[in-house]
Amino acid sequence: MLSVTFSPEDRFHAFITTLPRAEPEPGRLSGIPVAVKDNISTRGIPTTCGSRILEGYIPPYDAHVVSLLKREGAAIIGKTNMDEFGMGTTTENSGFGPTLNPADPSRVPGGSSGGSAAAVASGMVPLALGTDTGGSIRCPAAFCGITGLKPTYGRVSRYGLIAYANSLEQIGPMARTVREVSLLMEILTAYDPRDSTTINFPYRHTPDPEIRGTRIGVPEEYFGEGVDPRVASVVWDGITLLERRGAEVVTCRMPSMAYALAAYYVTCTSEASSNLARFDGVRYGPPADTRPPWHEAFQERRREGFGAEVRRRIMLGTFALSSGYYGKYYARAQAARQQVRDDFVRLFRTVDVIAGPTMPTVAFRLGEKTDPLSMYLSDILTVPANLAGVPAISVPCGRSEGLPVGLQIMGQWFRDEKVIDVACAFEQGVSA
Amino acid sequence: MVSEHDVEHIAELADIGISREELAEFTGQFNGILDYFDILDQVEAAGAGEQDLANIFREDEVEPSLTQEEVLANARETEDGFFRAPRVM
Amino acid sequence: MTDTAGAAPVTQPVTSTMAADDEVIIGLEIHCQLATRTKLFCGCSTDYRDDQPNTHVCPICLGLPGSLPRVNRKAVEFALRVGKAFNCTIAQEAEFARKNYFYPDLNKGFQITQYDKPLAVKGYLDIEGDAGEKRVRITRIHMEEDPGRLVHKGGADRPKYSLVDYNRAGIPLIEIVTEPDLRSPREARRFLNKLRATLEYLGVFDSEKEGSLRVDANISIQPKGWFEREGKGKADRGRVEVKNISSYKGVEKALTFEITRQKNLIRRGQKLESATRHFVEARGITTSSRSKEMEQDYRYFPEPDLRPLRVRDRAAEIVLPELPDARRARFMEQYGCSPNHARTLTGELRVAEFYETVAGADAMLAATWVADTLLGELNYRDMSIVRVPPDTFRELLFLLKGGNITDKSGVEILRLMLDQLKESGCCESPRECVNRLGLTVLVTTPLAATGEDPIVKAAQETLAEQPQAVADYRNGRKEAMNFLVGQVMRKTRGCAKPSDVNAVLSRLLEGEG
Repeated sequence: MLSVTFSPEDRFHAFITTLPRAEPEPGRLSGIPVAVKDNISTRGIPTTCGSRILEGYIPPYDAHVVSLLKREGAAIIGKTNMDEFGMGTTTENSGFGPTLNPADPSRVPGGSSGGSAAAVASGMVPLALGTDTGGSIRCPAAFCGITGLKPTYGRVSRYGLIAYANSLEQIGPMARTVREVSLLMEILTAYDPRDSTTINFPYRHTPDPEIRGTRIGVPEEYFGEGVDPRVASVVWDGITLLERRGAEVVTCRMPSMAYALAAYYVTCTSEASSNLARFDGVRYGPPADTRPPWHEAFQERRREGFGAEVRRRIMLGTFALSSGYYGKYYARAQAARQQVRDDFVRLFRTVDVIAGPTMPTVAFRLGEKTDPLSMYLSDILTVPANLAGVPAISVPCGRSEGLPVGLQIMGQWFRDEKVIDVACAFEQGVSA
Repeated sequence: MVSEHDVEHIAELADIGISREELAEFTGQFNGILDYFDILDQVEAAGAGEQDLANIFREDEVEPSLTQEEVLANARETEDGFFRAPRVM
Repeated sequence: MTDTAGAAPVTQPVTSTMAADDEVIIGLEIHCQLATRTKLFCGCSTDYRDDQPNTHVCPICLGLPGSLPRVNRKAVEFALRVGKAFNCTIAQEAEFARKNYFYPDLNKGFQITQYDKPLAVKGYLDIEGDAGEKRVRITRIHMEEDPGRLVHKGGADRPKYSLVDYNRAGIPLIEIVTEPDLRSPREARRFLNKLRATLEYLGVFDSEKEGSLRVDANISIQPKGWFEREGKGKADRGRVEVKNISSYKGVEKALTFEITRQKNLIRRGQKLESATRHFVEARGITTSSRSKEMEQDYRYFPEPDLRPLRVRDRAAEIVLPELPDARRARFMEQYGCSPNHARTLTGELRVAEFYETVAGADAMLAATWVADTLLGELNYRDMSIVRVPPDTFRELLFLLKGGNITDKSGVEILRLMLDQLKESGCCESPRECVNRLGLTVLVTTPLAATGEDPIVKAAQETLAEQPQAVADYRNGRKEAMNFLVGQVMRKTRGCAKPSDVNAVLSRLLEGEG
């Protein structure tokens, strides 16, 4: 077999680092080019998390998922662009410039796995790894018109994933089709004892489009105000298609949605404020100036190395955890989180999956969203799955204003297989 | 409501530098976001659930460490096998 | 000795003076390294002390981005043993938490510790207090990781930069916090000794490893009974925390210094504020701390990368080994040791084990020689008892028991052997010493011995050489005999038994008188 060469014209700036050549190895992914999001550690290959504070960092070890890819002979051909440390919904927060949406280069590809989505959507690679903390796989999948799965929390090892929000994030597969996403998922779920938050439950499944009798719940809150009516309409058509294929659709309610976004942002910023404390330039990354004393040098390194959004979130998280405020913010966010979980438990007693739009709108224009809070609000439909830990997929579901729209399907804990099946049914229905 | 002074204090606590120009903008954004977070006041604090998984251990067996070279490889300033850091006082 | 660092200018009226019935109130916070093979959250070896910096480090204990901790089962076992030995309640559910602060030796920017769900709470340790046996309550015991080690370059007072070694980062620690039940530096020292011994007996701690135990002490001086009455309520005078004590002797020194310092301030009518101070071992003083530790907000939250510990059942299964008190009682019963000897011999695990190995033929003799002689000689040479081959020591005891050598010779031989062991790691056997140095005891029948007898000869020489002492003796000064005996012993190189020498001298003096 010939070695895989890769000399892309990276028109959409999907990549931060590319490797020109990879030798073929045997395995289920033999010779297939795979793009890896740049917050996943790759031995010997620069890994930046889209941040200047990690410029030049070369990990001495592979993330578990990277070892798994290599074991199956995949050709890892590059590290993709992302919002800095995963903080963002558009990939505009990258320290290395934004990625463009292949569907419309004047628009954002979504985030934070915008680079991986663009790499797949533009045909540069068939498979990519992304990460999803509050929607960062599903959002770019929806905006770029591809498929992306956030697995059940604990099904894919986070060893080697540079942490943003440990209790929320998962690495997941991104590809054009459900079948490819499913194949990649089989490879990613091999157990890793190095991650104490995982469960040994590998995914081995051929997508089954037979969904007669499957009950699909559609929460009112997923079609409420804040969701663009044109997007809602396209997604509703998609759900109707599933109904025609034999599924039973019922409306339902998720009252915890009122708190979900606040709970998400309190939790992820708190965890992030702690996770990002290690970037002081002493052991890796551009060094701190050793002339001033420690705290001064440390503060300056962080001001220089982190973009504004990262610094904003670190400060928010620090505040939420600080003495006197922990009870008001962090503790209550965990309680709100439990309510989200309870809502899912209740719903899954009567339905098999839950469906709705992935995002409230189509892709924004580059530079359109400048106010942080208004940016955060666009995560409202994706964060519940992260808060609860349930699996969730976005599949392409038509267009609005000429731009891709995503249909989101969420399933029960450790029933990623069912989510894939419903997605497969939809995909087949669309092509039929 | 947080003031610019409060935001400065938070930046101190977080050991994060922000410039004077950023301070006013950050303070405004902070207040907007914290106002949004107020919705959590309606949630009863004692509600966090129990975790299913517990007692995940590894055995007390030695595994290979990195070599000193590998450990220091990404640092720009080292001396005699140590990392160099700004003085703490 | 004045301590200008702590003295505040007298601007305030006298708040209170140290009354005769004030008492010292001390609480301790002790950090001990657990003697596991690997670190708390990774598989790096804990045997780092003699090695080059940064050679016992992996992505986890280096805090590389993307690394994840894994809890060492053995470390938890060890911590449970400690909790049980100190009569604590083991938590139904314990949880690791992050303590967030920024320091170069803390490479993740947080320390994984336990905060509001520690492993064990509400225990006690009984010690011999100043006024009889006393119970020192233990508030809590929890697990945490050790940070790395910082070296300041450019002089201690004005460092130019710091050097960091992460070999120590991730070593498992337990933190033991006591209630402020101790009332003197001596009680604190006794408490620490018993704590240390207990940890050794449990097999979880090696006190010979440098830096394996560190102590922070809280100390204040309050009116007698204030503590029992008001508990932790509003105190008349502030409480001082002394940090950075890393030796047992250091604790007593630091506390004694601090009490003197505080008493001086009280006597001068100055207000005692709560403060943090650092103990400077080399100078035996505490100095005002310049760090911002009082204002630190550690923003604790549960460690999201780890699962909780539900180990109360496991703790119930643990069978504790024999602990110091039990061993002491057994030594008295089984070997007939005196209470003092029993205490000395059980004070350290290695000493107790050594004693039991050599006690065989004559337990009382062994007790005397180990407790009263060997330990002193080892201490003087800064040697550990593990360097003494038990067989060799047993041989020495055998010779002593059989009367082949005098006690004095025994001491001489012991000292020689220890010097040899310290020098080269091996030594002559006692028999070899005896033969080489001619130390076989001089056998004599004092009443019948003639001038050929070496003792008689030495005695005659001595009497001739020491006319003054002889005169003193004849004048009724009986203690002069001790002097004369000593001189004869010197002449006979300690090979004569003192009783024999005495008898011979007496005979000679009477004879001449």
